[in-house]
Amino acid sequence: MAGFDKVVTSYAEAMAGLEDDMTVIAGGFGLCGIPEGLIAQIKTMQTKGLTIVSNNCGVDSFGLGILLENKQVKKMVSSYVGENALFEQQLLNGELEVELTPQGTLAEKMRAGGAGIPAFYTATGYGTPVGEGKESREFNGRPYILEESITGDFAIVKAYKADRYGNCIYRHTAQNFNPMAATAGKITVLEVEEIVEPGELEPSQIHTPGIYIDRVIQGCFEKRIERKVLAK
Amino acid sequence: MALSRDQIAMRVAQEFQDGDYVNLGIGIPTLAANFVPDNIEVMLQSENGLLGMGPNPTEEQLDADMINAGKETVTAATGASIFNSAESFAMIRGGHVDFTVLGAFEVDVSGNIASWMIPNKLIKGMGGAMDLVAGAKNIIVTMTHADKHGNSKLLQTCTLPLTGVNCITRIITDLAVLEVKQGAFHLTERAPGVSVDEIKSKTAGELVVPNEVPEMVFA
Repeated sequence: MAGFDKVVTSYAEAMAGLEDDMTVIAGGFGLCGIPEGLIAQIKTMQTKGLTIVSNNCGVDSFGLGILLENKQVKKMVSSYVGENALFEQQLLNGELEVELTPQGTLAEKMRAGGAGIPAFYTATGYGTPVGEGKESREFNGRPYILEESITGDFAIVKAYKADRYGNCIYRHTAQNFNPMAATAGKITVLEVEEIVEPGELEPSQIHTPGIYIDRVIQGCFEKRIERKVLAK
Repeated sequence: MALSRDQIAMRVAQEFQDGDYVNLGIGIPTLAANFVPDNIEVMLQSENGLLGMGPNPTEEQLDADMINAGKETVTAATGASIFNSAESFAMIRGGHVDFTVLGAFEVDVSGNIASWMIPNKLIKGMGGAMDLVAGAKNIIVTMTHADKHGNSKLLQTCTLPLTGVNCITRIITDLAVLEVKQGAFHLTERAPGVSVDEIKSKTAGELVVPNEVPEMVFA
């Protein structure tokens, strides 16, 4: 690598440094906008005891679900895990821990983590099991709970196009959690559909500036659709 | 007669006002999009990052990168915007979404709602529901008045883990429309042909019944 050029040419390089018991933040919503090749590389590396922070956990046999199958995950931090039978089974067996987190709180935890804000107050979850054991405080007569932010040893992110410097844009609703995840990793790895030269992307249209990105790899995506519903 | 799912959705859609930004939960709430009156415009928010959700795509329009919060393939309506999850929940938590409509397992007279978890039975997670009930200006709960064993879902105190506290102001069931205020359910409308006595018998929490309870009107 030279200067700001962050492109790597192998998945092994892309995920180099990942070790057992690390925390990995992953972008994506369901199977939409997930870094497929980076997830597959984690499976190849056989890294164990991982804490995965991601809105969902894929489905059986695809997306993050393949890491569950391979028993590499110790803990999931997610808002919704309903599509995954194996997840439920491992949870009931005690093989897996889960920290169910409201979706907006999860997004904000990543955003705050990446922005150097250690915690924030939110009304979400007050008076529910999510608020149990957390500090609460009233502002303008309304109670809020204190939620701590999240950072990861790695963040794995999927974008549509990036330049060699890591400036990137997302496509449609494949954006979702990816921009927040990108800011919250000590090492952030970006897997993209297309790499372009610096200067090709319009600066004012960049979603995630390259400063957050450490490595960029050209991916190859299946883009599986979880629920294909057509117009009647 | 008790309302069908479509009829509940039709009654929900009567609540919308021209220019409302609306978030619809999975199930009956989603059906309400089919019954928005022709003379008003509403814009649908999907919490995965889409404001201005359009219909499901044709085979030619199908795109893996265009889904809604239920993970179904959708299109973007004219004038839509697409953004990240933090932005999406900023508009929800910041009170910018006018209406949210969602289902529930239980609601109680304090406006508490339980909709996400049945201990030892269902562990799917809350998704965006806790953010939505904490943030929207108006929340409508749609559900059947009683479960399939005839047990009321409108309780004095919720028994299941809560999704939010003191946040529900209006409930539309297959039998009735009710407001939640001052520690009680207030009956405001009944489904055509449904008696006040039936509603009373299926409402476990305190129920205030005015002298006249009009029937819902469907165009």
